[in-house]
Amino acid sequence: MTRQDNDWPGQIYDVLGRHQLRQVAHVPDAGHKRLLDLCVADPEKRVVTLTSEEEGVGLLTGAWLGGEKGVLLMQSSGVGNCVNALAMVESCRVPILILVAMRGEWGEFNPWQMPMGLAVEPVLTAINAVVLRAEAAADVAPTVEAAAGLAFNGQRAVAVLLSQRLIGSKSFAK
Amino acid sequence: MVLRRRDVVTRLLAGREGMVVVSGLGSATWDVAEAGDDPLNFPLWAGMGCTAMIGLGLALAQPARRVVVITGDGEMLMGLGGLATIADQAPENLAVLVLDNETFGETGGQPTHTAGLADLAGIALGAGFPTVLEAADEAGLPPLMAAVRSAPGPVFAVAKVALESLPLVMPPKDGAFLKDRLRHALGVDTLA
Repeated sequence: MTRQDNDWPGQIYDVLGRHQLRQVAHVPDAGHKRLLDLCVADPEKRVVTLTSEEEGVGLLTGAWLGGEKGVLLMQSSGVGNCVNALAMVESCRVPILILVAMRGEWGEFNPWQMPMGLAVEPVLTAINAVVLRAEAAADVAPTVEAAAGLAFNGQRAVAVLLSQRLIGSKSFAK
Repeated sequence: MVLRRRDVVTRLLAGREGMVVVSGLGSATWDVAEAGDDPLNFPLWAGMGCTAMIGLGLALAQPARRVVVITGDGEMLMGLGGLATIADQAPENLAVLVLDNETFGETGGQPTHTAGLADLAGIALGAGFPTVLEAADEAGLPPLMAAVRSAPGPVFAVAKVALESLPLVMPPKDGAFLKDRLRHALGVDTLA
């Protein structure tokens, strides 16, 4: 299927399909709504709604142990919930692909979102996750493609930060 | 007669028939090691609170295998939200067994919340587990073990066990080795 240039969630969905990522774990975020809707509608995918983001690190560790690949979707605030679980991933060399919908940056209106948003990259880097960032719609699919390759070939945690500038222009506009 | 954790685990895992076992850090990992190291074991040395969710990911990926999570009350209490997630996914091949001695045994014997009012079986019921059992003595053990081995899941079982000081029995420590060993045993290590 050919996607429109600005349909970056649809393009992410296509990347997930190409890499045969079946388990889609998430704590929902508005920035992931379209991608989640596409995954829910796909009988080949198993969408797992979490109560907290670190559950997804456990889930995808088990998935990999059992021979399945997956992806973990969250908002930036959820990164803080995952740190100890990501330490386990580092010890076991398990591939974990994380897509983070950013808050607390470009255009943020809620000051309480700022501290965790600003801490996302240093926190992930501190636990030895690879961090990539997509700022524009055209960057998203190639960045997620690269991240999937790094995660599953490199057997480590790789996060793609989907910037609030990107998401805000898509999901919050009427 | 009061239940003893290693007796429960050793009897459960005798004749395990391809069962995959994920054990929670601390005492449950030592208990499973004493029952015998096995390529189908994934013993956790960290990741407190994650054990049951690792079991869920495995159970979804390996629907033809029985996946059993064996953990302690302290570790389970750290991952209570995951019980709602597991019940929501309803994997028929997953069982969670909590060895509940009402104590943080690895850190000096501080009481956990189950020493007070918290009831893990009640929490699992509330989370939506269709099959929940608790055994506090020998009489309750056979149905509990039968359910953990083979009842349609997700099964949540609590064995109330004695507080004991037991010798450390350690499985291999290297996480990457344990991961690759299990994947090899399951025949999935060629996944591209």
